[in-house]
Amino acid sequence: MRHHQTTQAAAGKAAATATATVDLTQVKPYGDTMNDGMVQLSFTLPVPYGDEANEAAKILAKQMGLDEPSVVYSKDMAGFTWFVLYGKCRHTVDFTSIKVTKVDVEVMDRLECEKYIKENIKRNVVVVGACTGTDAHTVGIDAIMNMKGFHGHYGLERYQGIEAINMGSQVPNEALIAKAIEVNADAILVSQIVTQKDVHIANLTNLVELLEAEGIRDKVILVCGGPRISHELAQELGYDAGFGPHTYAEHVASFILTEIVKRKLVDKK
Amino acid sequence: MNSKLNLDPKLIDSARSRAARIAESMQTFIDRHTTVSTERTVLRLLGIDGVDDVDTPLPNVVVDAIKDGGGLPRGAAYWIGNAMIQTGLDPQTIAERVASGELDIMKLPMASPAAAEEKILPLVHAALEKIKAQTAKREQYLSTIGEGRQPYLYVIVATGNIYEDIIQAKAAARQGADIIAVIRTTAQSLLDYVPYGPTTEGFGGTYATQENFRLMRKALDEVSEEVGRYIRLCNYSSGLCMPEIAAMGALERLDVMLNDALYGILFRDINMQRTLVDQYFSRVIIGYSGIIFNSGEDNYLTTADAFEEAHTVLASQFINEQFAVLAKIKEEQMGLGHAFEMDPDLENGFLYELAQAIMAREIFPKASLKYMPPTKYMTGNIFKGHIQDALFNFVAVWSGQSIQLLGMLTEAIHTPHMHDRMLSIENAKYIFNNARSIGDEVEFKKDGIIQRRAQQVLAEADKLLAEIEKEGLFSTIEKGKFGGVKRARDGGKGLDGVCVKDETYFNPFIRLMLGGEK
Repeated sequence: MRHHQTTQAAAGKAAATATATVDLTQVKPYGDTMNDGMVQLSFTLPVPYGDEANEAAKILAKQMGLDEPSVVYSKDMAGFTWFVLYGKCRHTVDFTSIKVTKVDVEVMDRLECEKYIKENIKRNVVVVGACTGTDAHTVGIDAIMNMKGFHGHYGLERYQGIEAINMGSQVPNEALIAKAIEVNADAILVSQIVTQKDVHIANLTNLVELLEAEGIRDKVILVCGGPRISHELAQELGYDAGFGPHTYAEHVASFILTEIVKRKLVDKK
Repeated sequence: MNSKLNLDPKLIDSARSRAARIAESMQTFIDRHTTVSTERTVLRLLGIDGVDDVDTPLPNVVVDAIKDGGGLPRGAAYWIGNAMIQTGLDPQTIAERVASGELDIMKLPMASPAAAEEKILPLVHAALEKIKAQTAKREQYLSTIGEGRQPYLYVIVATGNIYEDIIQAKAAARQGADIIAVIRTTAQSLLDYVPYGPTTEGFGGTYATQENFRLMRKALDEVSEEVGRYIRLCNYSSGLCMPEIAAMGALERLDVMLNDALYGILFRDINMQRTLVDQYFSRVIIGYSGIIFNSGEDNYLTTADAFEEAHTVLASQFINEQFAVLAKIKEEQMGLGHAFEMDPDLENGFLYELAQAIMAREIFPKASLKYMPPTKYMTGNIFKGHIQDALFNFVAVWSGQSIQLLGMLTEAIHTPHMHDRMLSIENAKYIFNNARSIGDEVEFKKDGIIQRRAQQVLAEADKLLAEIEKEGLFSTIEKGKFGGVKRARDGGKGLDGVCVKDETYFNPFIRLMLGGEK
């Protein structure tokens, strides 16, 4: 107990010095004291368990920019060794110079979206979505489109004024486009969950090329989403927006609806 | 058995009889039809293997030739038997000559069906002997080196490269895994052929090929002997080649195969007529080979809500059980599936999961229940994920599950890394050991949350089965009652591979594998 108090007192004293507040131009990881740089790592090396393995892990950590690396646990995995390691990061980052491209839209909740449609679009908005290519995972597109939605956020099917067509998984790009043309879709949503060997990049690019070939790229709002999708990546690939993890239907709906108005797509043929 | 959940045995009987009648009514449809994949399976069992000069598997080449010649209703067994009589060649040589264009088996003189069947019968028996030898080898391993304790620890490997998979599988076995499943490459289920040879490229998994099966089984035999525990191998008898892969699994001694009567229809949009006919032959093979099948009910809960739709899982388990009964599969080989997929924010969610897991065990007492881990609500927060997996493991040991598909803390991030698998095995072993006998010790409050939950799910399942019985399985699926997915009777992939048998059709394997009947 006494010892504990002493440590706290010492920390308190340190906190009174210049490092008490964060310097946003030189940010470091925070463990329990400003600028201690504490980082926790776990990884496996394909070497037999033992002192040499621990040493190898520490050397590697130093090369990663971690001072005073400490292997707090290592485990024998028959020819492989797994480590839990702590170290103090020597690098800093200038937080004030960071720019991230984000979907620039004011998020409306479901009721606000419905009201927005009534007031500004005055017709049903048609959204076609699919998990395309060889990807068999419907979890992403379902979370956004299905009635039930995800985590208490209703999906687009629930929205009055939105006609949501979820084509499911393993949908060829050609079939998605054919459907979009058939129903005169305002927006196309593409979900990509499997990203091994960048299969999603090729598939997403292919869709854009096909839409351009059909001459309808400018007439639809094209949105992609998935755990490895960022807005920046989406824009690079020729999409209007990209949504990553923690996206709910209202984010996507808000974007589509405001985009329809912004791009003057309200009166479609 | 004394029900801890106070389940009404009359209600269980009612649900089970309804499922039996549903399966039987489908069986009438199944018995009238065959499929291209069923016929390719016959050819594979007769020893036809390999590919032509553009990598089309020879079973496809021959069945396509039969189909194009209008001979499919009579069955491939007849055409091969006839070709053997007329040419004096063996099936493999016949297939090779069909592929090279030297032989047209549809233009040969035609012997009687009885003569053709008699001609191939020695080859049929040879194939059955091969399968029996593999079953005997499994039995021998189990009786000499033994096996891990239930719940078996089931982990996946999914590198895309069979040789890398082998390294990972052996490491997992050394860490304590009992079952290794080689995940298939994305979209293999939609290929209407089985690729050939060892493969080193795949997306999200590795191609199921007979050579890959053989390589992995050999590696697992080696590591089984090393660790002194028989390590089971699992793959997928599903998709458009369901029975062919079952045959490959039987020949190469797979021990567990994913095989569900409804899964392909709902989640891969494979035509329902095609799937139901295919699943029958695949299950006959699985039953005959001592393979445990795993049904895929857990998947319903990845699309539908795990709390609200629990009864659809139970209803589907009953149906899968009764389809398996028709294929003469022993209860111990029925790996009926279910899952721990409720929203972690749900108050008392753990109690509901426990109620349902014990309910499954009480209703299917001898089945090799397969319990699937949380996936839907895994977030990338690996620390919380590890705790979700711990609760899942706790329910499993408490309720006496048979096959525990281990949850990975990195679910929703990537296919498991080597240490992810180690941590998940460590997690399960710790909890299984630490709470080993909890199921024998604890009873539940009468009419408490747990009892009421199980009773409610059973009652709802019985009600759903009553609706299906009235309406028929096909229309139930058309209406989206399972997993919230709607499928049309004539929609989906593979319908053009289904045909009505003619009166001279024969498939000697089904008859003999079922013990001489049919």
